[in-house]
Amino acid sequence: MTPLRETRPPVIRKGTTAQGVTEQISDIVLRRPVGLPYLFAVAMVLILVMALSYTVMYLIWKGVGIWGVNIPVAWGFAIVNFVWWIGIGHAGTFISAMLLLMRQDWRTSINRFAEAMTLFAVACAGMFPLLHLGRPWVFYWLFPYPNVMKLWPQFRSPLVWDVFAVGTYFTVSLIFWYVGTIPDWATLRDRADNSVKWFVCGMLSLGWRGAARHWKRYQTAYLLLGGLAAPLVISVHSVVGMDFAAALVPGWHTTIFPPYFVAGAIFSGFAMVLTLAIPLRAIYGLDNLVTIRHIDNCGKLMLITGSIVAYGYCSELFMGWYGGSPFDWYMDWNRMSGPYLWSWWTIVFCNVLTPQMLWFRQVRQHVPTMFLISIVVQIGMWTERFVIVVTSLHRDFMPSAWGLYEPTIFDWSTLLGTMGFFLLCFFLFVRLVPMISMSEVRELVHTTGGGEHEPVDFSPKYGD
Amino acid sequence: MAIETEQSLHRPAHLFGLAASFDSPEATVAAARRIFSAGYRHAEGYSPYAVEGLAEALGFHRTGIGLLVFMGGVFGGLGGYFMLWYANVISYPWNIGGKQPDSWPAFIPITFEMTVLGAALLALFGMLILNGLPRPYHPMFRAPTFELASQTRFFLCIEVADPMFDLNTTRQFLESLGPLAVMEVPW
Repeated sequence: MTPLRETRPPVIRKGTTAQGVTEQISDIVLRRPVGLPYLFAVAMVLILVMALSYTVMYLIWKGVGIWGVNIPVAWGFAIVNFVWWIGIGHAGTFISAMLLLMRQDWRTSINRFAEAMTLFAVACAGMFPLLHLGRPWVFYWLFPYPNVMKLWPQFRSPLVWDVFAVGTYFTVSLIFWYVGTIPDWATLRDRADNSVKWFVCGMLSLGWRGAARHWKRYQTAYLLLGGLAAPLVISVHSVVGMDFAAALVPGWHTTIFPPYFVAGAIFSGFAMVLTLAIPLRAIYGLDNLVTIRHIDNCGKLMLITGSIVAYGYCSELFMGWYGGSPFDWYMDWNRMSGPYLWSWWTIVFCNVLTPQMLWFRQVRQHVPTMFLISIVVQIGMWTERFVIVVTSLHRDFMPSAWGLYEPTIFDWSTLLGTMGFFLLCFFLFVRLVPMISMSEVRELVHTTGGGEHEPVDFSPKYGD
Repeated sequence: MAIETEQSLHRPAHLFGLAASFDSPEATVAAARRIFSAGYRHAEGYSPYAVEGLAEALGFHRTGIGLLVFMGGVFGGLGGYFMLWYANVISYPWNIGGKQPDSWPAFIPITFEMTVLGAALLALFGMLILNGLPRPYHPMFRAPTFELASQTRFFLCIEVADPMFDLNTTRQFLESLGPLAVMEVPW
């Protein structure tokens, strides 16, 4: 090995064995008792979920008027939250698919929970357009189904493309995630200590027995699913970008939206991976599998995608000036100095300045700092969507049609409520599903010869 | 190995096969090669993770998944485009901005999504159906220590269905491969 390589933290820590990994991961599901802190955390998020339920019921009873949406800002928090959640939902499949195709071995210990995060985030995202419909109970009008009205959805509209893009993304991500879990359910079945666990895990494993021919087909299918999911990651947020770009509103009508949205999505998604991974590895003692290397690499990816986002901001400013349209130029000016200037300067701080710290390895490998940065980036990316939706709409062309948008308590309770729902799903996932792919880590243990040694310059922190 | 007739082979009806267990993937692949070159064709390996070359060593090369996924993609894509075309040209033509009814560029995103969806569904169901899953019970589950096959241990099983199977010679053959243990697998 070259000296350069030795300074990199290992993907899995030395001394990890196939037996050890199997016990470590499956015991979290099968044997670890449910502690009071866990129950307390679940109770806390259930309060948020309850707030969400009340809000949704009141919304159905009363209508979307309980939110702050009105003309000219008819999209408001609902669409801000939709774009934010679906963006977060991008990292999971990116990690699983793109990194699988590129044979990145560090994907192995984080792909399972990143994919779970994707599914839950997309579920949260999906609520918002439905609730924003006004009459959520006729949501199925969005689908092409045989109906007595003899009507079809407007297939030329990006909003209908969204239904297909998000629906396909959720389905394919779910397939990908479930196929990945099948061999691990078999492990849980074989380690089950009572017949209920044995039966449930056995059914979920579909009777997987690890036959060589099965593995061969399984791997081919998994690789092809990766190849299919990779362009899907790009397509989903591109279509979300087109929801905006197809409109004529200044600040929306721009061709940079699809790539800029995709980069922003992966940026916030990796931030969420860190927000979840850092407490998980501490609480469940997974730091032999989710190492500094993973945190470091997530930091690098955040730096790259954050730079693309910063480029997007620059391009918007430049095109506003260069395009020569007074409306576009005013939109830029209004963002920086109008009634919502706090939001524009927040995104500059959170998404452009803060990620610059990630150029330094000391920062990328310092766990508490990375946790903090990941939170800052998520606040920044939420605010970015606020800037795009609200500051573009509230002053478009005619000053007589201008207005201000103010979120109500119900806007906040839906946002916080979906956070609660997301965390509740994640808390349940952590205790009910093996959160790291055991079969893949076993293979990694074998190919790396039981993990790599800690690099010399890390010995002060981890040596003793 | 002596040439014997079908009748003289000892093939007990209560057995599914004879299995041997190993503790490393390299030993398993090497043993699988010898099983295949000895002429056994009804043999299967079992491993806790995908072992490179094990299926090939047992003479299994073409999975057939690729073709299925391709067909799923083609079917999904054509089906998706047909739906859009039928809706906008035949069923409900509607003039929007003077564009022709079959305005194909606007149909590309949904066609793409349907292509991916069709291919992904066939990747899942094709893999399961070709593997004969779900199948909650299989005779191998009754092999001693087989619960380790999903954790740390590797198994090779020669099935009674193999034309060359003979309880005594096959057992001697398996023992010559240097396994941890050789065991009978009942039905």
